[in-house]
Amino acid sequence: MSHAITRLPDEQIAPLIAHYDAAVRARRRHTLIVFGVIAVCIVLAAWMGEVKPSVFFAHADRLPNYFWSITPVLHWDTLGADLSEWYWNLDHWLKLLVDTIMIAYLGTLIGAIGGFCLCFLASANLVKSPFIRLAARRFLEFCRTVPELVFALLFVVAFGLGPLPGVLALAIHTMGALGKLFAEVVENIDMKPVEGATASGASWLTTVRFAVVPQVLSNFASYGLLRFEINVREASIMGFVGAGGIGQDLVEAIRKFYYSDVSAILLLIIAAVMIIDLVTEKVRHRLLGFGAQR
Amino acid sequence: MSRARIHLSGAERARLAAAHPHLVSPPAGTRVRTGAVIAVLAGLAAFGFWQLGFNFSRLGSGIAQLAHFVTLMMPPDPGTQLPLYMHALGETLAIAFLGTLGGAVIAFPFGFLAAKNVIPNIFAHFAVRRVLDTVRGVDRLIWALIYVTVVGLGPFAGILAIATASFAELGKLFSEAVEALDRKPVEGVVSTGGSPLEAVRFGMLPQVLPVLASQLLYYFESNARQSTIVGIVGAGGLGLHLAEQIRVLEWQKVSFLILMMLIMVAVIDFISSRLRFAIIGKSRMG
Repeated sequence: MSHAITRLPDEQIAPLIAHYDAAVRARRRHTLIVFGVIAVCIVLAAWMGEVKPSVFFAHADRLPNYFWSITPVLHWDTLGADLSEWYWNLDHWLKLLVDTIMIAYLGTLIGAIGGFCLCFLASANLVKSPFIRLAARRFLEFCRTVPELVFALLFVVAFGLGPLPGVLALAIHTMGALGKLFAEVVENIDMKPVEGATASGASWLTTVRFAVVPQVLSNFASYGLLRFEINVREASIMGFVGAGGIGQDLVEAIRKFYYSDVSAILLLIIAAVMIIDLVTEKVRHRLLGFGAQR
Repeated sequence: MSRARIHLSGAERARLAAAHPHLVSPPAGTRVRTGAVIAVLAGLAAFGFWQLGFNFSRLGSGIAQLAHFVTLMMPPDPGTQLPLYMHALGETLAIAFLGTLGGAVIAFPFGFLAAKNVIPNIFAHFAVRRVLDTVRGVDRLIWALIYVTVVGLGPFAGILAIATASFAELGKLFSEAVEALDRKPVEGVVSTGGSPLEAVRFGMLPQVLPVLASQLLYYFESNARQSTIVGIVGAGGLGLHLAEQIRVLEWQKVSFLILMMLIMVAVIDFISSRLRFAIIGKSRMG
């Protein structure tokens, strides 16, 4: 099968080709400039960040060696005994893991309640006063910009060591993050029920309760579950600054080079995070599907 | 604006309620379910308070103490340490930038390997996904701690930690972007005799690059926040000084450092959202 391709005469093609080449050259130049800027940034950042490739490659074997050392010695014949030696402190670690998950849960719950209360004040379609709205927004922004761990450090000094500062730090950060997401959901609602409630003389609170909340609740729950996943990870490091959970034991194991303990605790954390991810993903899909059906 | 309230007589109200029972009170099933969900949430919370041994009296004294600290924080003042803190700020930016870039460079091939439409072999892409999941399950602060023991104290450990964590997260996002792309350009390249590699280069890459660049900028924003705290375990940047000043209760310096963080994050957010708009706008036009 052959096609006849009509070929334009050369004098007609020449300007087209020239135009094409010019366009390609302009693109190339643009790309080169972008790469040049990135390269300059890399050099600056490498100088600032004390990156020494020679030192890194001289000690490049340390990283695989480290992972090799934290891998436990398991023999097939004595698997049971080896496993129980690897997880010699399982009861204690499991208790700490439950602590960690509970810190994440309480932090998420308290933060979600706070974010729920504030999100309506931060929504442009419900609050006409720009002062209240801006105040609520700035407050939420502050809560989510300061990292959890900084709050935890402060709270550990104020409240003493233990899970309490961890829960509070997570709660404040969660309130900031969820408050913003919740407010975005509220700003995208269908305004007709709100108008209906207002038209029949409902107060602001009644409007929110009967016209807004039923529309947004399934989305809120989905965001809350997503945040819970993130908070489980965060709660696992709260112990680094003395704010409870399994992080305390992990930091000790890493600092004191208890190699097999490091891998044991890390695997526990990874397993917990994965299971929680799976469960919450299922629940979230059901929630959103349920919301779409209505 | 004046609101007219509708006043119903008792008989009127009863008649309306009888005509539309489902509007006045939700069906029993919904009520039971709502009650059950609230009971489970509250029960878990009660279990949590018990498990963690919460002491509510500490809450009151702690809040009083916190308020006292806040008064001590005013006004923010770096003392004589300003040059040191500016250097730490530079380190933090370097950690965020090189960490994000390094993670993205490693994640880039993995994004294609973990995509179903590039590697049809289900085991290969399952394996790559699980590796990414495992790395993602470990928080970046744990990576920072591990790297500090491997390469020593300093910002380099922070860069490696941010890069490792970003690699896993970006790898997942990249693979999702690759899976969501349009098949037609790829088929076009293959139908004109292009090899699989050429199909990726000319059929997929032009489609995914703007998406990847915008995700990359988003991660740079988030990593700028994270890189302020890797210093808490000794991996360089502002966090190191912040943790130190909190320990020695120099509250004015603490508030100054927090202020520096907030301003840095706000500036980076502003620049990167501008850049993101520019990139996404361009891809729409092209």
